[in-house]
Amino acid sequence: MRFIFKTRYEQDLQIVKHGGQAFWYSLLLLLAFSAPLWAGDYWLSQLGFVLIYAVAGLGLMVLAGFTGLASIGHAAFLGVGAYVETVLASRGWPFPLSMLVAAGLSAAVGVVVGLPALRVKGIYLAIATLSFGFIVEEVLARWESVTKGNAGISVPSPVFFGADLGSAEAFYFIALITCMLVTLGVLNLLRSATGRAFIAIRDSEISAQSMGIHLAGYKTLAFALSAAIVGLAGALYAHKLRFISPDQFGIAQSVDLLLLVVVGGLGSVHGAFLGAIFLITMPQLIALGKDWLPPAIGQATGLQAVVYGLVLMAFVLFEPMGLYGRWLKMRTWLELFPFYRRGMFKRQKSYAKSERLK
Amino acid sequence: MAFVQLVISGISLGCIYALIALGFVLIYKATETVNFAQGELMMLGAFGGLVLMKTLGLSFWLAAPLAVVGMFLLGLALERLVIRPILGQPQFTIVMLTIGVGYTARGLISMVPGIGTETSALEVPYKGEVINLAGAVISVEQVAVILATAVLCALLFAMFRYSKLGIAMQAASQNQLAAYYMGIPVRRINGLVWGLSAAVAALAGLLLAPITFVHANMGFIGLKAFPAAVVGGFGSLPGAIVGGLVIGLVEAFAGFYLPEGFKDIAAYVVVLVMLVVKPNGLFGGAMRKKV
Repeated sequence: MRFIFKTRYEQDLQIVKHGGQAFWYSLLLLLAFSAPLWAGDYWLSQLGFVLIYAVAGLGLMVLAGFTGLASIGHAAFLGVGAYVETVLASRGWPFPLSMLVAAGLSAAVGVVVGLPALRVKGIYLAIATLSFGFIVEEVLARWESVTKGNAGISVPSPVFFGADLGSAEAFYFIALITCMLVTLGVLNLLRSATGRAFIAIRDSEISAQSMGIHLAGYKTLAFALSAAIVGLAGALYAHKLRFISPDQFGIAQSVDLLLLVVVGGLGSVHGAFLGAIFLITMPQLIALGKDWLPPAIGQATGLQAVVYGLVLMAFVLFEPMGLYGRWLKMRTWLELFPFYRRGMFKRQKSYAKSERLK
Repeated sequence: MAFVQLVISGISLGCIYALIALGFVLIYKATETVNFAQGELMMLGAFGGLVLMKTLGLSFWLAAPLAVVGMFLLGLALERLVIRPILGQPQFTIVMLTIGVGYTARGLISMVPGIGTETSALEVPYKGEVINLAGAVISVEQVAVILATAVLCALLFAMFRYSKLGIAMQAASQNQLAAYYMGIPVRRINGLVWGLSAAVAALAGLLLAPITFVHANMGFIGLKAFPAAVVGGFGSLPGAIVGGLVIGLVEAFAGFYLPEGFKDIAAYVVVLVMLVVKPNGLFGGAMRKKV
């Protein structure tokens, strides 16, 4: 068990809390940057997907996990980012610029969605974002002069002042560096006044408001930031797939993103990464498990839906803190051995207050 | 007479939305949770009817009530096993949970050999018949939807107004704690509300089946019932009916008069406008959160 002896107030704000963290995360970075050396083509590609989904998960985490605004239409921002990137890349824009524009436009769309969100909350917000997701999907499908409609559009490889960065390794590094920057950005956001305001809004809107937090402004900001990050992920996603069509950005993708943050652990940056790993490895585990099951079940098209549904239910019922929460428990068990008590992480019985005024 | 036909088809589609929205609203009023698996419950009801008729060879008039009763029991079980353990958690938790339930139901149905992956028609006695009403051709299936919805609404109204159970449900939805103090078994009432809403969903599925066919993804229509519930005001039963009709009519007219593509999103545009203009819906009272 590590006890940090704090002698300065700034220690509370540091990103790296102690040497152990510095060591392990440096090791992780080293591993990630050397991945093209030790991972095969297939695993490198999967790692790329994990990074992209981690970025998208971070985006949704800012909104759902830290500001407490649930969105069931976040695939729309992924779509906006992907299409903006595709259109700009085919005009030969260098990729850092086009990705920034993709993030910016996505953020602008996020502000538009945020506007009705200022007046509604809870389930109404969920339905507003759901509706918005459907509308964006339909616009992508119908705006054929730009998006080529349901036929889909192929994505050129990223270019940087004449250099073609279409190779798997180059793309992996683009994704890795983007992911790293976004992670650092989110970590810094969370220790800033803005991030603390987000968390305050999540925990209680009324107390946040009475502490002088401007609810409308911060909620819109949360939507914009979240949309920008997811838009960035969308831009990466477009380059990764090389071919995009509107149906990739529908309700199923939105639910996948929600699944990612819930399974990973709402309200933790680690959760976005763990959730992304889960989301990418799960279909392969299912594919492996298929052979063990009787053919009627194993070959059914709905197998993946059943597994996803059951996993989601199991996490909500038994491990609301997600994979990261499970890891925290395991770590505490090891650190405190043999003094771990079962009730240490017991969910506090909370009584949801009625939202109706009667 | 295209106009009359449009109105009739809009109303009949609206009735389906209304029935699903009714399920949302029943559950929302009772437990302040939203059931994202309502569309899947409807799908299960339709499949229940299909299995009873095709495999067991029952007649429609016997299979339909059995399917509805079966779904009522399933709703009870769902509440007891899945929802009750996490009651009191934030709304979002239950949204995720019911999304999981919906996924599982859809996947499980596709595993049923023979019918799971097929698109099958429900052989109702009134299938394919039309009424010729002064030049307008109206199919009996649509009329059946409208009539059944009207009857169901009357029954529900009578139940909530006159029966002891209905009054207990109203009391529990207005203030659970006070209802509990008055000796109303709130938990059992909540279970019954889930059963009731599953039964209404099953009925919607059986009515919709002749119009659209029975398939594993028919539950997605439930996503269009959300706009209906919001337009009417999420906590109001008459609002759900009116909201459903509004959405149905808007969709029918958008499909006819507006360019292709607007039909599918008309409902969502309406709900976004509604949320900006009047977030509490047509029939919703003013709502503010208590500190």
